[in-house]
Amino acid sequence: MNPLIVEIKNVSFAYSGQAVLQDVSLDIRMSDFIAMIGPNGGGKTTLLKLILGLLKPNRGTIRVMGEATQKASHHIGYVPQNVNINQNFPITAMDVVMMGKLEPGRGWKRPKASDREDAMAVIDRMEMTPFASRRIAELSGGQRQRIFIARALVTKPQLLLLDEPTASIDTKGQTDFYKLLKELNKDITILVVSHDLLVISTYAKSMACMNRRLHYHNQNEITGDMLKSMYACTVEEVCPVELISHIHTNRVANE
Amino acid sequence: MIEAMQFEFMRNALMAGLLASIICGIMGTFVVVNRIVFLSGGIAHAAYGGIGLAFYFGWPFLLGTIGFSLASAMLMAAITLTAKHRADSIIGVIWALGMAFGIILMDLTPGYNVDLMSYLFGSILSVPRSDLWIMVGLGFLITALVALYYQNLLAMSYDEEFARIRGVPVKTLYFLLIGMLAVSIVLVIQVVGLILVIALLTIPPLMMEKYAKSLFQMMIGSSIAGALFTIIGLWLSYTCNLTSGASIIMVSGVAYFISLLVNQILMISKNRYKTDAGKIKNSSSPSL
Repeated sequence: MNPLIVEIKNVSFAYSGQAVLQDVSLDIRMSDFIAMIGPNGGGKTTLLKLILGLLKPNRGTIRVMGEATQKASHHIGYVPQNVNINQNFPITAMDVVMMGKLEPGRGWKRPKASDREDAMAVIDRMEMTPFASRRIAELSGGQRQRIFIARALVTKPQLLLLDEPTASIDTKGQTDFYKLLKELNKDITILVVSHDLLVISTYAKSMACMNRRLHYHNQNEITGDMLKSMYACTVEEVCPVELISHIHTNRVANE
Repeated sequence: MIEAMQFEFMRNALMAGLLASIICGIMGTFVVVNRIVFLSGGIAHAAYGGIGLAFYFGWPFLLGTIGFSLASAMLMAAITLTAKHRADSIIGVIWALGMAFGIILMDLTPGYNVDLMSYLFGSILSVPRSDLWIMVGLGFLITALVALYYQNLLAMSYDEEFARIRGVPVKTLYFLLIGMLAVSIVLVIQVVGLILVIALLTIPPLMMEKYAKSLFQMMIGSSIAGALFTIIGLWLSYTCNLTSGASIIMVSGVAYFISLLVNQILMISKNRYKTDAGKIKNSSSPSL
C-alpha cells in the first residue's frame, strides 16, 4: 500500500452548533486521485479547510504527512472555490502565482530569480504566459482560475486540493484541465471537488461522497447506493443517467 | 508661493504636509486594500482618550497618546480577527467611548484645556521643527518595516487564507500592521489633525488603486498625489486666506471626483469604440 498522505479519523465539525461533518474518516494515500461529490452544504469545502488546518475539528484527528495540519499545510496546493476575491486588488497575475513561493519561516527574504522562473514555467504550463503581467482584474473568470491553479502548482505540492476548479472554465478547457490533472497525478496526490460525474468517471481513481457523513468508494463508478446516500431520493425516483444529464444541463445553463 | 517660503512656518508646514503625505501614502494603501478605513477612524478618534489621559495625569504628551492608541488599536484588531461580523459596530463603540473619555478627562483637568478644533483640523501652520524630526524618523521606520515584510503583507492583504496555508504568520502581521497604523495616525494627527489624516489615508490610495499594478506602485502614486494636494491646498490657503487643513482636503476631494468623472468618460468611450468595432465586423462578415 502507498504511504499515507492524509489520515482523517472520526472527525466531527459544527458551525455554531450546526453539524456539518459527522464522524468522517478517510485515508488519502500517495498517488490517489479522489473525486469528492455531494450536495451543496454537504461539507465538502469544510473538509478541505479542515485538511488545510484553516479550521479545527471539534472531535477526531487529522494528520497530514504525519504532522499536525497547521504545520503541514505548506505541503498542500489549494485552489479555492471562489477565485473572484478582491478582484480590484492592484496585483498582476504573476504576483498572485508568486504567492505560492512563500514558505513558513521565510520572514523578510526577497523572492529569488529561480522562484520567478518556476512561476513563469507554471504559468506557461497553464497557457497563461501572455497574461502574466496583466492586472488580475483584467482577466476573465476562467483565466483567473488558471492563475489560481498555477499558484497551487508552483508550491510543488505533495497533495493538491481543488474546490470545483472547473466552475468557470469552458467545456474544452475542462477536458484539457482534467487531462492535465491526470498527468500531474503521476507525482501528485489529488483530491478534487466536482459536480461533473462524467469527468469523474473518466479521470478519477476513486470517489468520496460527502453529505455530512462521508462514503468512500475505491472505484470511480457511480452506483445507486451512492446517489441514495447523497441525494435524498431513491434510484427509482431519479435514475443515475438522468441525474448526470440533469447536472450536465444545469452546468451548461449556468455558463 | 515662492514668497510664502520666506516664512519658516510655511516651510515647516510644507515639510510636514509632504511627510504626512508619504506616511499616509504607504499606510493608506494598506488601509484601502484591507478595507480598514473605519478601523482607522476608530483609532484616530479614540486617540483623543489618550490625549485626555496625558493631560489629566501630567504624562508626556506622546507617551500617553501613543500608549492609549496602541492599546485601543490592538483591542480593535483582536475584535476584527475574532468577531468579524460584529467588528464594525464594536469599533463604533470604542470610537465614541475613547472620544468621550478624553473630553471628560479634559473637563476634570484643572486649568488649560486643549481646543477640540485644533485636534480635528490640526495646526499645520504652527508645526515645530522637533515634530518634523519625529515624522522623519517614523517615515523611515514604516518604510523599512513595509519593505522587509512586503511579500507577506501583500499575501495577507490579497488572500489571507492562502497566506495562512503558506505558513505566513497572518495574526502577528495583522497586529504589526494595525500597530504601525496607530503610531502613524497619532503622530500625523498632532501635525495635520484628525480629519486630514483620514483624508490623506483614503483619498490618494483610492484614486491610485485603479491604475496601479502593485501595492508598491499604489504607495508611490498615493504619496505623490498626496504631496501635490498638500502643495496646492497650502497655496490656496495662503493666497485666499483659508484654513490650511480644510483647503488640502477640498483639493483632494475635488481631484478624486474629477478622476471618477474622467474614468466614467473613458469607460463610455471605450465601450462605444468596442460596439462600433463589433458593428463593423458584423456588417462586413456577410460580404466576405
